[in-house]
Amino acid sequence: MKLSEVKDILKATIETGGDKLDMEIRAGAGGDLMSDILRGPKEGVLLLSGLNNIQSIRTAIIAGASALVLVRDKTPDEEMKNQAREHGLPLFTTPFTMFTACGRLFNAGLRGVDKKRTV
Amino acid sequence: MAHLTKTYPIKARDYLKAGEVSMEIHGLMKKIGFDSDLIRRVSICAYEAEMNVVMHGGDGVLNVEIGSESINLNVKDSGPGIEDIGLAMQEGFSTATEEARQMGFGAGMGLPNIKKNSDRLEIISDKGMGTEVRVGFTV
Ligand SMILES: Nc1ncnc2c1ncn2[C@@H]1O[C@H](COP(=O)(O)OP(=O)(O)O)[C@@H](O)[C@H]1O
Ligand SMILES: [Mg+2]
Repeated sequence: MKLSEVKDILKATIETGGDKLDMEIRAGAGGDLMSDILRGPKEGVLLLSGLNNIQSIRTAIIAGASALVLVRDKTPDEEMKNQAREHGLPLFTTPFTMFTACGRLFNAGLRGVDKKRTV
Repeated sequence: MAHLTKTYPIKARDYLKAGEVSMEIHGLMKKIGFDSDLIRRVSICAYEAEMNVVMHGGDGVLNVEIGSESINLNVKDSGPGIEDIGLAMQEGFSTATEEARQMGFGAGMGLPNIKKNSDRLEIISDKGMGTEVRVGFTV
């Protein structure tokens, strides 16, 4: 799935990374626990988070995520945007809750990072 | 490649700056041109260790040694130390405060994550003597 499709499906606002909409997203992952997000490889993965703080930006970058979406209309501050920009991390916000945002993406064909696919 | 050594201070309880040191290491390794998987593993370990100093430790330093054959992280703080290292290594064990949890930390997965992502891990600590975490990677 392309990042541009993610943007449409989530009715997302682009905070940074509007030039990367052609990027291919391999899978999705959502969570509010930093160490959980850091557990498995997240390269090429879209991250969804409900934590609106600088640590979620740093976690996404360190985990090697492709892009970060803040759910439920969280508005990132300047420092978050600067850090995302500096590291080339696309940062979006969506009005949907975590559950709904993940559900919409799944419905459109995006899958998780589960080791064994049971779906 | 010449051996490169850098030392960064880490301040306990400074949640705004927490992670900056690991971001520096991430950037440094990227600039040198390491493989992305190694960069990810080293930065995850640095980040978890740095967060532990911020959350549980006292003021400390992170020392990184980057060589062509190995990368070593040495994270040392002057905090309360770890009484039972075996317990601290268990998945889910955490003494994190509510403040840390609200920021998304304190899942008790930090030390297990470091173990999983590194080639060598050694923790030197005891109650009242601070904590030293040595993490090694084979390039
Ligand atoms: N630098 C440190 N100083 C003191 N205690 C520590 C330190 N690092 C880890 N610990 C102890 O080990 C526990 C487990 O650490 P960790 O696996 O990273 O989980 P978390 O940080 O989420 O609590 C911590 O909750 C804390 O009690
Ligand atoms: Mg930890």
